[in-house]
Amino acid sequence: MLSATSLSCVRGERHLFDGLDLAVGPGEWLHVQGENGAGKTSLLRILSSLSPPAAGEILWRGQPIKTLGEDYRREMLFLGHHGAVKEELTPLENLTLAAQLDGTSLSEADAMKALARFGLRGREDLPVRFLSAGQKRRVLLARLAVRQATLWILDEPFTALDVKAVDMLSGLIVEHVTGGGIAILTSHQSILLPNGKVLVL
Amino acid sequence: MSAVFAIIRRDLLLAMRRKSEVLTALFFFIIVVSLFPLGIGPEPALLRKIAPGILWVAALLATMLGLARLFAPDHADGTLEQMVLSPTPLGLLIAGKIAAHWITTGLPLVLLAPVLGIQFDLDSGAQGILVVSLLLGTPLLSLIGAIGAALTLGLRGGGVLLSLLVLPLYVPTLIFGAGAVEAYISGTGAGGHLSLLAALLVLGGFFAPWATTAALRIALE
Repeated sequence: MLSATSLSCVRGERHLFDGLDLAVGPGEWLHVQGENGAGKTSLLRILSSLSPPAAGEILWRGQPIKTLGEDYRREMLFLGHHGAVKEELTPLENLTLAAQLDGTSLSEADAMKALARFGLRGREDLPVRFLSAGQKRRVLLARLAVRQATLWILDEPFTALDVKAVDMLSGLIVEHVTGGGIAILTSHQSILLPNGKVLVL
Repeated sequence: MSAVFAIIRRDLLLAMRRKSEVLTALFFFIIVVSLFPLGIGPEPALLRKIAPGILWVAALLATMLGLARLFAPDHADGTLEQMVLSPTPLGLLIAGKIAAHWITTGLPLVLLAPVLGIQFDLDSGAQGILVVSLLLGTPLLSLIGAIGAALTLGLRGGGVLLSLLVLPLYVPTLIFGAGAVEAYISGTGAGGHLSLLAALLVLGGFFAPWATTAALRIALE
């Protein structure tokens, strides 16, 4: 259960939002909507503990995330605008090294399976810089299939994906949410998935 | 701890794939050091006298070359954000990155120094002291440099600022490092200089990852 009370975010002189309340429970997902520059990414960065809110508090299972620290980070997966994917490494290396960075180990077979699921079979050993933008995105999203996290925070996960990959990702999110997980995501498209809440900034 | 080794392994792997960056610093070191005997001419006594200073200044500048790229690629592609969000403390991961930086830039300089020392007519004893002083000093250069790289991360014209920031902080390392070899050659013994260098390394190893982490957090907010 993630909840936030009277959050506000200030960028320079501008107040992006004030007094924002939200609550997402297990089995639910939250669709954050808003115009460009409304503060969607800023909100996600605040929720993921990357940047502190100007005011307000965020609670995870009833405890402030500031005091939870690494216990919160272990249960949370944040995928931002940037890929966090290294161009010089292969998809396989990217995936296993990202897993090790999260403090878990990932067997090569599991990594191959996750990449195959995202349609990257046969490209596991090709440096990522030879892949298209959409395929790079898929390498990043393959982390969703291998990382054990309760809370997913995804910033524009559907960008640069083709129709098939959008379906695949939607399926993954539904699977995660019905399994008792929580997902928070931003998108300009309307997403038709069950148990969704909408937050308009 | 496994995350720390993963970071080191990843950075070494990246260095292998982008060989030009590592080799640039290395060739810079070789060429700068080799220019002095050519420019000054064959005067063994003079060359022996200036050798420690030249080798050390060249090592210092060679380390500076790649410093701006220490965190910049990770910052640009979002890896730094993932490191902050990793369950492993950021300080440890940063220490891993600094270790990888030393292995790719500092260690080759240490290994090459005795070969280049021959051009300056250094005897084997002085060569040994030179290697030991570089072995203690180059990790310190990586540690101090990381603080500067983190502070200037994301700034326009950060490269020049980085040099202005870091080079003065390199002065103690340079004095004790080059001083150790000079002291050995003049017969007073290098023990004191090397001890001070080792003390600086311990101090830097403890505080630099912490200071770098604090600077990176500010840059990311």
